[in-house]
Amino acid sequence: MGRYVARRLLQMIPVFIGTTLLIFLMVYSLPGDPVRALWGDRPADPQAMARLRHEYWFDRPVLAQYWHYLSNVVTGDFGSSFVTGRKVIDVMAETFPVTIRLALIAFAVEIVVGLSLGLLAGLNRGKLWDKLVLVITLLLISIPIFVLGFIFQTIFADQLGWTTPTVQNSDDITQLILPGAVLGSLSFAYIARLSRTSLAENLRADYIRTAIAKGLPRRRVVGIHLMRNSLIPVVTFLGTDLGALMGGAIVTEGIFNVHGIGNTLYRSINQSDNATVVGIVTILVIVYLLSSLLVDLLYAALDPRIRYA
Amino acid sequence: MRGATSAKWVAGAAIIALAATACGGGKDSTDNSGAAADPAGVFSYQSSEPQHPIQPANVMETGGGRITDVLFSKLVDFDAKSGAIENVVADSIKQDDASHYTIKVKQGWTFHNGEKVTAKSFVDAWNWGANAKNAQQNASWFSDIKGYDEVHPEKGDPKADKMSGLSTPDDYTIKVELANPAPYWTYKLGYSAYSPLPSVFYTNPKKYGEEPIGNGPYQFVKWNHNQDFLTKAYDKYAGADKPKNGGVDFKFYTTSEAAYKDTVSNNLDVLDQVAPSGMATYHQDLGKRAVDAPQNSIQTIAVATYADAIKGVKDRGKFMQGISMAIDRDTITKTVLQGSRTPATGFVPPAVKGYLADACGEYCKYDPAKAKQLVTEAGGANASISILYNADGGHKEWVSAVCSNITQATGVKCESDSKADFKTVLDVRTNKKVQSFYRSGWVQDYPLNANFLKDLYGTTAAGNEGGYSNKTFDDLTAKADKAPTLDESVKLYQDAEKSLYADMPAIPLWYYKTNAGYSANVKNVTYDTFGKPVFTAVEVLKK
Repeated sequence: MGRYVARRLLQMIPVFIGTTLLIFLMVYSLPGDPVRALWGDRPADPQAMARLRHEYWFDRPVLAQYWHYLSNVVTGDFGSSFVTGRKVIDVMAETFPVTIRLALIAFAVEIVVGLSLGLLAGLNRGKLWDKLVLVITLLLISIPIFVLGFIFQTIFADQLGWTTPTVQNSDDITQLILPGAVLGSLSFAYIARLSRTSLAENLRADYIRTAIAKGLPRRRVVGIHLMRNSLIPVVTFLGTDLGALMGGAIVTEGIFNVHGIGNTLYRSINQSDNATVVGIVTILVIVYLLSSLLVDLLYAALDPRIRYA
Repeated sequence: MRGATSAKWVAGAAIIALAATACGGGKDSTDNSGAAADPAGVFSYQSSEPQHPIQPANVMETGGGRITDVLFSKLVDFDAKSGAIENVVADSIKQDDASHYTIKVKQGWTFHNGEKVTAKSFVDAWNWGANAKNAQQNASWFSDIKGYDEVHPEKGDPKADKMSGLSTPDDYTIKVELANPAPYWTYKLGYSAYSPLPSVFYTNPKKYGEEPIGNGPYQFVKWNHNQDFLTKAYDKYAGADKPKNGGVDFKFYTTSEAAYKDTVSNNLDVLDQVAPSGMATYHQDLGKRAVDAPQNSIQTIAVATYADAIKGVKDRGKFMQGISMAIDRDTITKTVLQGSRTPATGFVPPAVKGYLADACGEYCKYDPAKAKQLVTEAGGANASISILYNADGGHKEWVSAVCSNITQATGVKCESDSKADFKTVLDVRTNKKVQSFYRSGWVQDYPLNANFLKDLYGTTAAGNEGGYSNKTFDDLTAKADKAPTLDESVKLYQDAEKSLYADMPAIPLWYYKTNAGYSANVKNVTYDTFGKPVFTAVEVLKK
């Protein structure tokens, strides 16, 4: 087990270098001169441009820029944004907690609602409840997230007046519930469907019949034998989804004016602010890698047949 | 089957959403003028995170610009409605001759930390802003002053750290010598780059930028990065326009849609600009609290004279006039732009000093027959043109409308040439790769006609990216810059403007309007010609 984890952690190093390089090159190749763009419609000052370029390494070859960046990151220095002059680490320290909270709310919503709907449908296969869940999830999957955000805003803020249409204070977790629910809605539909199929299938498996035949109470059959085996695909999905929720919050954060990484990332891409974009995406990549490692370890816990040597 | 069902549901959802918004609007429609005001009340305003730390000589974009404007008072300012220049911190500005000025600074002004505002507060700030070492974005604003080329040479390190044209004979007098005569130099004093700075600034300009100290009506309280910038009224403010409220909270929004929703639901008090999606409904949603105000900025389509498509035309001037007459500005501003713009009648908007009514004359009026005639005479009937624009700025609709106007009236093939963002467009423009036309625009730096002409259409002007050259215009502007008085200069610039219509470096399309509004919590919200609210006049209602 320990060796397995160590190997996985070591594998992250090349993945980390590869992704940062890719992102760095992508931002670099965006058309337009980001330094010139600071002046907008106005004539730019060549002196000031040259100084900015030199200070932020824009006048070096791209690989030299990357090397400079990477060697700083290794020492924990994510550089600073050429636009705002602020340290990227400060920007991330402000925005990541907000997005993590948002993602966790979305995560909680999709686990609780998604699994209960899945359970409801899976145990009542072919009956009314099953059909109803199918329709609801189909609806959620087919509506783009910005439409959903808009509908939620209109219903919960404008009509019912339960909350404000946008988030007034991003540090207040209660205000993040609405955007969190919107963000998690697509995924809970997937989870409901995944768990429903897997539950319905396992319900007919031999070991369930055996368990019932042994006279085990229904709660134990469903809660322990059935759930545990049916959760493997759901856990896989959840693991990769945590990363997707954090990176995919761009649209939701825009609609609800949440000041998290989504908004910051969007703005930084527009400004070709390489340091900020690569910094944020690097952390996202690490989150993704760690959560998928966690998923693989959870397999072992859920399925005794799986062993990591 | 699956697809069909989901399509039905989407349609259903869309209908529900539409119905819901339709019911949402028009709740109350008074302009709050009767309600009692609370002089200590703080109101929120739609803003965006400043790009840089707050240093007046480095602020160029709207987010930081609006904040700088309330934190600092300059020597002069402009009337919100007429754009007329007025003294603020300046007691008097005397023009000794074309290139010498004597500025008397009013006594009794203080910075928010108690330090006195003196002549030195200004001169030191200008020298610092001009210094090439400090790489300030607005450094070129000081280029008229004698000695600028010493502190800001074309290349390399500065040879001096003070401009020789600036001196302070006593604590409240500034003597200025300009390198070249500029009769309208006083207008530049109203720009943020000319703000005074307290001495604490120089100890650590970067740290200062995070907690700025100015001399304006509002003082800094707290900057929550990416969230808001909070200010409060400065109780020792020496200006005439004492704030009628307790402070401004600049709330940062990444999308204008979110800000608009917040205003309609009274969670945001003052809008900067209505979101494109709200343009059709904001009068209904906000009722009497919707505001439309003229803005001194213009939208044009400029010609790239170096482009093959343009070079192929025999008489470029006539061609431009013809194309201009093919555009139905009235209809486009009313329909496609939903009344958010005013058709242009020249290169200079109305609330600008030196505005000439109907300067463009018939060339800016819709006349398809004459347009066709002119284009044919110019030998451009078979030309095909394109209009370069950035797709992220909401220009697509009017560009296609203009294009179809042109094709319908003159037969000239026209297509839109869209690039992903403004950065990319700028690249094409600076590298002189524009196919034929490009979208261009100008927001005033100061309300004077020279600002809309010289920097855009002079042969060597940095803003002239289309390679346009007009000798009459160059001669007249050169003469205007040497004119002994402001009025003569303005007059000569008017003549210069007239000379542009002979061959049209750009086609004036329309002037912008501020389309904004405010919540039920405030009253007396007006907007100036820069499109910014008159912050000090806003009154917050008693709760």
